[in-house]
Amino acid sequence: MSYCLAERSIDHVLLERGEIANSWRTERWDSLRLLTPNWQSRLPGFCYEGDEPDGYRTMPETIAFIDQYARVISAPVQTNTTVTSVRGGDGEGYVVDTDQGEWRCRTVVLAAGACNIPSVPKFADALPSGIATLTPNDYRNPDQLAAGGVMIVGAAATGTQLAHEIHRSGRLVTLSVGEHIRAPRVYRGRDLEWWMDVAGVHDERYDEIDDIVRARRIPSLQLTGTPERSTLDLNTLTGMGVKLVGRLAGINDGKAQFSGTLRNMCKMSDLKMGRLLNTIDEWASENGFDSEVAPPHRLAPTEVEESPPLGMDLTNGEIKTVIWATGYRPDYSWLDVPVLDRKGLIRHDGGVVDASPGMYLMGMQFLRRRKSALIDGAGDDARDLSGHLASYLEG
Amino acid sequence: MTGSDKTVDNGVNVEALLGAREVLEEAPEAGQFQWRASCEWKNGTHSHTSVEKYFGFGEEQSHKTEFSYDADHPELFAAEDNGATPVEYVLVGLASCLTAGVAAVAQHRNIQLNSVTATLEGGMDVRGILGMDADIRNGFDGIKVTYKIDADADREDIEALVAQSQKRSAVYDMIANPTNVTVEVE
Repeated sequence: MSYCLAERSIDHVLLERGEIANSWRTERWDSLRLLTPNWQSRLPGFCYEGDEPDGYRTMPETIAFIDQYARVISAPVQTNTTVTSVRGGDGEGYVVDTDQGEWRCRTVVLAAGACNIPSVPKFADALPSGIATLTPNDYRNPDQLAAGGVMIVGAAATGTQLAHEIHRSGRLVTLSVGEHIRAPRVYRGRDLEWWMDVAGVHDERYDEIDDIVRARRIPSLQLTGTPERSTLDLNTLTGMGVKLVGRLAGINDGKAQFSGTLRNMCKMSDLKMGRLLNTIDEWASENGFDSEVAPPHRLAPTEVEESPPLGMDLTNGEIKTVIWATGYRPDYSWLDVPVLDRKGLIRHDGGVVDASPGMYLMGMQFLRRRKSALIDGAGDDARDLSGHLASYLEG
Repeated sequence: MTGSDKTVDNGVNVEALLGAREVLEEAPEAGQFQWRASCEWKNGTHSHTSVEKYFGFGEEQSHKTEFSYDADHPELFAAEDNGATPVEYVLVGLASCLTAGVAAVAQHRNIQLNSVTATLEGGMDVRGILGMDADIRNGFDGIKVTYKIDADADREDIEALVAQSQKRSAVYDMIANPTNVTVEVE
């Protein structure tokens, strides 16, 4: 957004509570790599020029990448500045209070992200006191964990990656699985992200999709970025010895209660993956790609044991740690403008906060396009929204 | 795949359902429903349960008529077999809920259904209800539902219909997930 605003000669400042790329520096586990390949992080005026376009950035590489972009575009970042309040000004515009003083502006772009606070179910309080709990924000590596069993709740990208790493550390992992999106890392010899990019899946717009509310709630694909470019699905985890159970539905008298829906969750995920691969195959045929890539194939159905357990005793000492990989929500405790809906999310039309002229939102799931929450999605959204912002300033 | 130009009629008024969604978006409190049943003991294991009134869209509602159901145990259990067993009513509830869902989802997805049949099997070790072994639960140890569906759609689309109907089913949810049950005596 800063690049696009500078292109339009619009004065602006970026307020950052810590250092540049703060959440990448402070809220990620050690082994994490981006889920998207290096070539895919295309920012306005900046792209990958190294010799590993198909690799996946480690966290230090991601931080360096964002740092470098800020330098290259001379982004006016004011670091170590925590915003304490954004409120309406007298008449028009906004007052932004920070621990480094007050700013007044005609427009404001909220780019604090979607993943500020880990979402933990209400019944987490009912866990027996001897069990340690962690969220992905606190987790760094398996050495943090007591020896013994670990229950990971949630099977999107975070839950499956942590299950893989922690099980390999010699701790028995139970993975509680609700709705999830299965996806092969590489399909027909190309990265799945490459297919979603060329076939236009990532460019699907928020105003052209059937049910945008649902699309914005879809969990992250079960992808992982590894040098081997391997697929990490539930079959991989089952093969290692990870125990799959249904969605954690409650905790009662020290007993975890699992939903009996595991079979349907896995079936739905297999069907959805099949549809995505069909879309890719159709695109490949229609665009003459069939001869350039490997032939179509399908993954074996997700294996679910005959009668997955419906409960688990949490008091017998087998489970020492529970990790809540149950998603995130944004933190708007500093937003003193009435733009939130019943669920505490900002009402917006593709990032334009209608109810509060001059306010914009970025970096949220499916904000304007399927790719909006990716680094690669920021550019197109910033081009659109900076255009809207410029028109607004011109009156 | 299904074409969007043909007329699909599964007898489901999808527009009305989508309209209800829009109304409830504006007035979420109207979404609070209460379903009721009244049961009267007859004799032995035979009881008679009826449903008529319910609450929804902010006011008292009523079925077109009162529906009633006899429940009993079979002669194998030295009962008179005046009706289905209560656990079979659970299968009735699950079957009809999922099947209604299949029809609604098919209509929404523009898939014409020609025939839909389901068979349900609920396994149970009756030593549980007879109190013979505390490790055996009273209820079903599992329920298997098998659909046979003839529709103008390919197999993947039909499987997706059945999967989605489970996702949106009230009875499936109540069986698959814990539900608090409070029983009091007046």
